[in-house]
Amino acid sequence: MTLGVTALAASAGGSLLPLAILVPALGVLLSLVLGGRQAERIALGLMPFELAIAVAIAAFVGRSGQPLVYSLAGYEPPLGIALKADGFSAVMLVTAALIAPAAGLFARANFATPAGIEKRAPLVFWTLLQGLQGALALIFLSGDLFNLYVGLELLTFAAVPLVSLDGRPETVAAALRYLLFALFGSVFYLLGVALMYGAYGALDIAMLASRIRPEPAVWLAAGLMTAGLLAKTALFPLHLWLPPAHANAPAAASAVLSGLVVKGSFFLVVRLWFDVLSPLPGLIPGAILAALGSAAILFGSVLALRQARLKLLIAYSTVAQIGYLFLMFPLGQGPWAADAFSGGVMQALAHAFAKAAMFLSAGLIAESLGHDRITGLGGAARALPVTFLALGLGGLSLMGLPPSGGFAAKWLLMKASIASGQWVWAAVMAAGGLLAGGYLYRVLAPAISGERPQLKKTPARSRESVALVLALIALLLAFAPPAFFAFLAIGRPAAGLALQ
Amino acid sequence: MTSATLAGLVGAALVGLGLYGLIATALPLRKILAFNLMGSGVFLVFGIVARKGAAAGLQSDPVPQAMVITGIVVAFAASALAVALVLRLFNETGGATLDPDAWAKRPPDGAESE
Repeated sequence: MTLGVTALAASAGGSLLPLAILVPALGVLLSLVLGGRQAERIALGLMPFELAIAVAIAAFVGRSGQPLVYSLAGYEPPLGIALKADGFSAVMLVTAALIAPAAGLFARANFATPAGIEKRAPLVFWTLLQGLQGALALIFLSGDLFNLYVGLELLTFAAVPLVSLDGRPETVAAALRYLLFALFGSVFYLLGVALMYGAYGALDIAMLASRIRPEPAVWLAAGLMTAGLLAKTALFPLHLWLPPAHANAPAAASAVLSGLVVKGSFFLVVRLWFDVLSPLPGLIPGAILAALGSAAILFGSVLALRQARLKLLIAYSTVAQIGYLFLMFPLGQGPWAADAFSGGVMQALAHAFAKAAMFLSAGLIAESLGHDRITGLGGAARALPVTFLALGLGGLSLMGLPPSGGFAAKWLLMKASIASGQWVWAAVMAAGGLLAGGYLYRVLAPAISGERPQLKKTPARSRESVALVLALIALLLAFAPPAFFAFLAIGRPAAGLALQ
Repeated sequence: MTSATLAGLVGAALVGLGLYGLIATALPLRKILAFNLMGSGVFLVFGIVARKGAAAGLQSDPVPQAMVITGIVVAFAASALAVALVLRLFNETGGATLDPDAWAKRPPDGAESE
């Protein structure tokens, strides 16, 4: 394993990996130095480059069929830190590089650079949006457990202030609660890292995977790290911070928080259990994670059914959709492992695009009507057809109806759970789909009937199209060819072995 | 009992106390202190790992020390951000609790209510 990493250290295109992290970091520094006058221009100007870097990384990974590896400063692990892009990281990197600019384009109306005196909110928004993208790139590309800790903390520090941008006390309290949960999570994760280093003297993922044996120190470290990450991912019962934080943030911030930020810590849970801890018997811990995920699906969906405000409904639906992500863990070993892995990743992608589209639409609805009470949505779809189309198409993916990325994800996960004989997860998924249908019906049914309401403001065509494009991407994921799933499997030795 | 074992037990106790504080107290400021207590416990554990010279059988391994320094910087930044949010909350509501009901019912002198 170690030899493999060393041999790959010089792989072509490896220098793109630090670039994917450094370009957003450069943007943050430039924005801080040049101030609020330039922050918007810098953020939107650098994002096409970041997308190009992400696509180039994916192309290199896809063409060579092997992970891209880069050793920082030429020092190789265990002394140095390796960056590594496999199929999963490349796909997540591209997703982040698509959703962040979409949120940015949408937010231009809310956080426009003021004509007169510089204001704080635009500077903070544009700087943090870039910081968030840099932190996500660090998480997706890092091959070292401690470096991942730094990435997680950067992500938290970029995400928390986005919640309280408008400064109302509710949003400040929501941000503070989010931060406290996240800090609890990071201390647990760090303690796990300390124990892991104490036991094996390494933090490089590939090295750890080759050294780990099932023994008490590893189980303790794994438990601590997982618990910490679950708090950051808002898996039931550690989800309490998510609905107020995601529902109170400005729409563009909610879209990146729900679509991307929770996926950062989820990505790390996958890294942990599928890569670092792959030598451990994963069925029982996987079943615990999936049981929590099932509880999240049922609990989150039922609470979504009972919300009075649209944004809170969408936030509770995030709690439920996060639950689906964790159903892949007990299915990670066996002939069905490839399906389960593809399904889990597909769910992460489909939810990212669909939820971002829904939060942006909800933002437009709230701005146009002046409120987002669900009882007051009567006839709104007649006045805002494109916005509601985006909301509905995003909802299609949440329900798991074809054709949508959500359907592909849930279909793969169901196939895997039935093939493995673990029927219970399939039953939960079916129930979750029905409940999702229920809460979306609550929003859409009154909106397409009834009187056309008086609009306070007509939404800009460009902002509606941003939401619609994101929803269409969530839809198009349903047509992902087999080559896409083969791409996701690049760099997955465990799943490959299990297939034979 | 060797000093390393003692330090390990103290680290574990600090983490336990901090966790209790984080869960049991309602006031954000105390939660921030509890978080710092937990952090100190974790840094102590890192210290023992360094003492063991885990990586190369050295007398003391420098890698965990480097990690502790990074960890302290991160914990400091986190505490600063949290305190800034608490201050903002206090300025907006006159109290530093997370409970919206307490803001409305707060006593006129702005004292904290639990």
